[in-house]
Amino acid sequence: MPVDPQDLHADRGQEWRNELRASLSAKERSALPRVRMPELDARERSAGFREVNTGLSEEMAVREAKRCLDCAAPTCISGCPVNINIPGFIKLIEKGDFLAAARKLKETNALPAVCGRVCPQEVQCEANCVYQKMKKPPVAIGYLERFASDCERLAGDVVVPAIENRSPVRVAAVGSGPASLTFAGQMAKWGYRVTVFEALHELAGVLSYGIPEFRLPKSIVRSEIAYLEALGVTFERNVIVGKTITIEDMREQGYQGFFIGSGAGLPKFMHVPGENAIGIYSSNEYLTRVNLMKAYQFPSYDTPIVRGKRVAVIGGGNTAMDSVRTAVRLGAEKAMIVYRRSEQEMPARIEEVHHAKEEGVEFLTLTNPIEYIADNEGRVQQMKVQKMGLGAADDSGRRRPVVIAGSDYLIDVDTVVVGVGTDPNPLIPRSIRGLEVSKWGTIVVDEATMQTAVPDIFAGGDIVRGGATVILAMGDGKKAAAAMRDYLLKKPAGG
Amino acid sequence: MNKVVEKELLSENVVKLVVEAQAIARKQCPGQFVIVRTDEKGERIPLTIADADRERGTITLIIQRVGTSSCKITGLNPGDALADVSGPLGRPTHVEKLGTVLACGGGVGIAPLYPIARAFKQAGNRLIAVLGARNRELLILEKEMAAFADETIIMTDDGSYGRKGVITVGIEDVLKREPVHLAVAIGPAVMMKFTALLTKRYEVPTIASLNTIMVDGTGMCGACRVSVGGKTKFVCVDGPEFDAHQIDYDEMIQRLNTYKAEEKLSFDGYLKSLS
Ligand SMILES: Cc1cc2nc3c(=O)[nH]c(=O)nc-3n(C[C@H](O)[C@H](O)[C@H](O)COP(=O)(O)OP(=O)(O)OC[C@H]3O[C@@H](n4cnc5c(N)ncnc54)[C@H](O)[C@@H]3O)c2cc1C
Ligand SMILES: Cc1cc2nc3c(=O)[nH]c(=O)nc-3n(C[C@H](O)[C@H](O)[C@H](O)COP(=O)(O)OP(=O)(O)OC[C@H]3O[C@@H](n4cnc5c(N)ncnc54)[C@H](O)[C@@H]3O)c2cc1C
Ligand code: SF4
Ligand code: SF4
Ligand code: FES
Repeated sequence: MPVDPQDLHADRGQEWRNELRASLSAKERSALPRVRMPELDARERSAGFREVNTGLSEEMAVREAKRCLDCAAPTCISGCPVNINIPGFIKLIEKGDFLAAARKLKETNALPAVCGRVCPQEVQCEANCVYQKMKKPPVAIGYLERFASDCERLAGDVVVPAIENRSPVRVAAVGSGPASLTFAGQMAKWGYRVTVFEALHELAGVLSYGIPEFRLPKSIVRSEIAYLEALGVTFERNVIVGKTITIEDMREQGYQGFFIGSGAGLPKFMHVPGENAIGIYSSNEYLTRVNLMKAYQFPSYDTPIVRGKRVAVIGGGNTAMDSVRTAVRLGAEKAMIVYRRSEQEMPARIEEVHHAKEEGVEFLTLTNPIEYIADNEGRVQQMKVQKMGLGAADDSGRRRPVVIAGSDYLIDVDTVVVGVGTDPNPLIPRSIRGLEVSKWGTIVVDEATMQTAVPDIFAGGDIVRGGATVILAMGDGKKAAAAMRDYLLKKPAGG
Repeated sequence: MNKVVEKELLSENVVKLVVEAQAIARKQCPGQFVIVRTDEKGERIPLTIADADRERGTITLIIQRVGTSSCKITGLNPGDALADVSGPLGRPTHVEKLGTVLACGGGVGIAPLYPIARAFKQAGNRLIAVLGARNRELLILEKEMAAFADETIIMTDDGSYGRKGVITVGIEDVLKREPVHLAVAIGPAVMMKFTALLTKRYEVPTIASLNTIMVDGTGMCGACRVSVGGKTKFVCVDGPEFDAHQIDYDEMIQRLNTYKAEEKLSFDGYLKSLS
């Protein structure tokens, strides 16, 4: 969604913005230090699932907002996949009108409280802030985004836009992750009757079952869902599209457009000997048991989990960091990240790696498991790993790990979490005739419209990209909504 | 929420529930299952769809009490509701006309066997049922099976009903006696293991329906994984039925014991909460 430079210009040219900008020189602004996010002490937070980052105070937020130079050509915006009017909302914070800042965010981003917390800002908006050129830490865009939307939620002052033209046209979204939620919100605002079908008993996809409470409190996710319900979106839980109901059935029921946002939920294993031993989990299972099923509250909740004392998590992405930090909270005495490349290559957010280290997680980089050894009950007891060296760069530009011969050794473990990635679940692509599917199992779409090979079916998020990010999934949902509206408007009536 | 509309005690520990689930009733095929959550704090547990009534929009579940979740659900009464029912999950049984089909059911495994056996009969096969239970009280669905089976053989461990002995004795008698084109074995893992060893000797193709621990039931977690022919498979999406001669039963049995200690803790707490 490219921003209209004229709109930006007009927004920036408002009287109050001019005055605010003039109230402090750029030099004074850039001399201010970047705010630090207050967080719970590492020892205190490791004992439970409370949110680690506790949020900026009003005073901190206003001070940080002052750092933003309100650039005439804001480079930060190009780093944001949904092109939020970043100075627009930040200057409202500086002005002290936090609710207006939240509304400004919501013009382009349906889930700012989520993105402010989980976006990899360091490689997106903040990576493109002009401060980078000045070799200074960028404006804390993510913290401010979180601040504004939290203010709105806590004030209970969430404004639900009135919907003018209710259309009788029904559309469906498959899955309820960020891609579908964004799609649904957008279509509902345009007056369409939207139903979201979710396979699980809980909504919001990875935001519910994957990302832990200590990084994204579920109450926030629930209030975002409540907002969509207020917009008129209908949610159907426990419906597995392709099993409980097919796209064909829905067409017969009168649905005229479909958005597939079914994610990339299929866990990858490494297929090394012994991987089916007791105590070896996929990160999906580990996190689902804890987040979705609340196994950390077992036996008050019925779902159990192995509370390992010596836990190894394989992988270096967000999923691996979330798993290892969960293991710490479940009482691990030794929690390890085992990653085959070096720390530099880790795809996880820097903040997560940093937090994990503070919480006592050990990092075994350039190390790869090659076998698991179980006791006579079949419980994992040890893992055999080998050391890796770094060779030439591969297609992704990261240096390829190469095995160092004769370097294997054993590590004692009682729990292992395999977090080496996920693939798209084949259930949906398999159940819909005519869809084009890539060799990676992702659904092929026209990138400009997110339309699939079947004209009334659009798709976005991880089912199209493979494991990506929340904000990219949301961007897809928005793009698909716009294209589906065009498609529906052009479609002959009754057709 | 899915309302319970009927309840019947089939044996001391086995309860039949008829539950409202319109969409699932319409779509289900023999061999498929649902994932059920009794209440907000409940586990997601898999249960086979033992029968369905499209007109009424109901499915039948037959549940053996073994621990917290199965006791919670069998404690429901008509008018109560389950928090969640999702499905139908798993691949339907591949039913075709083969000749003679031997349906072997042990304990509560007779429940999932019932719709599969019926489908094979309806497809024109000669159907012989061999049903095993520890004793007469624990035997379920005998009448229902006998209603369509060409022959029904009952085995009890203690000889309190039918013939005395383990189920494989009854199965072997048939294998010795006449050609069998397919065996279907559903029951406790050990029973399936020994049935598979036996039918392998007689070179009878055999399928087993596995009851591994599950969470989502849609291929998302890998809790249900088993080794089949040396490859890792997910029971919820690749199964629940597999070639019985290829399954690593020992690994599966070990994995079923993953949460032994936690299950006991949970169950003790549950029993205490009742008193
Ligand atoms: C542990 C973890 C941590 C992460 N951390 C971050 C982070 O910090 N920052 C970030 O930007 N990204 C992060 N990601 C990635 C991000 O969460 C995903 O890219 C994003 O959620 C994808 O959104 P989506 O809408 O495509 O699908 P998902 O969020 O995957 O949701 C898909 C939904 O569809 C449902 N579904 C699937 N099949 C069907 C069907 N047949 N019928 C009905 N429903 C179905 C699923 O149950 C699921 O609820 C993380 C991912 C994980 C797993
Ligand atoms: C595809 C499938 C279909 C099934 N259909 C039926 C059915 O129709 N009727 C029925 O009574 N049961 C069925 N089961 C088994 C049922 O899911 C378990 O009995 C139930 O989950 C046990 O939960 P619990 O809390 O009562 O017992 P727990 O206290 O959790 O477990 C008690 C004992 O039961 C065994 N167990 C635990 N979880 C499972 C499990 N998922 N499957 C098998 N054994 C388990 C373990 O050995 C454990 O020690 C099915 C399982 C699968 C995978
Ligand atoms: S949505 Fe994400 S990338 Fe965009 S401005 Fe907010 S934090 Fe930055
Ligand atoms: S680039 Fe940085 S300083 Fe400029 S408008 Fe964006 S956030 Fe503010
Ligand atoms: S139950 Fe989760 S993958 Fe089968």
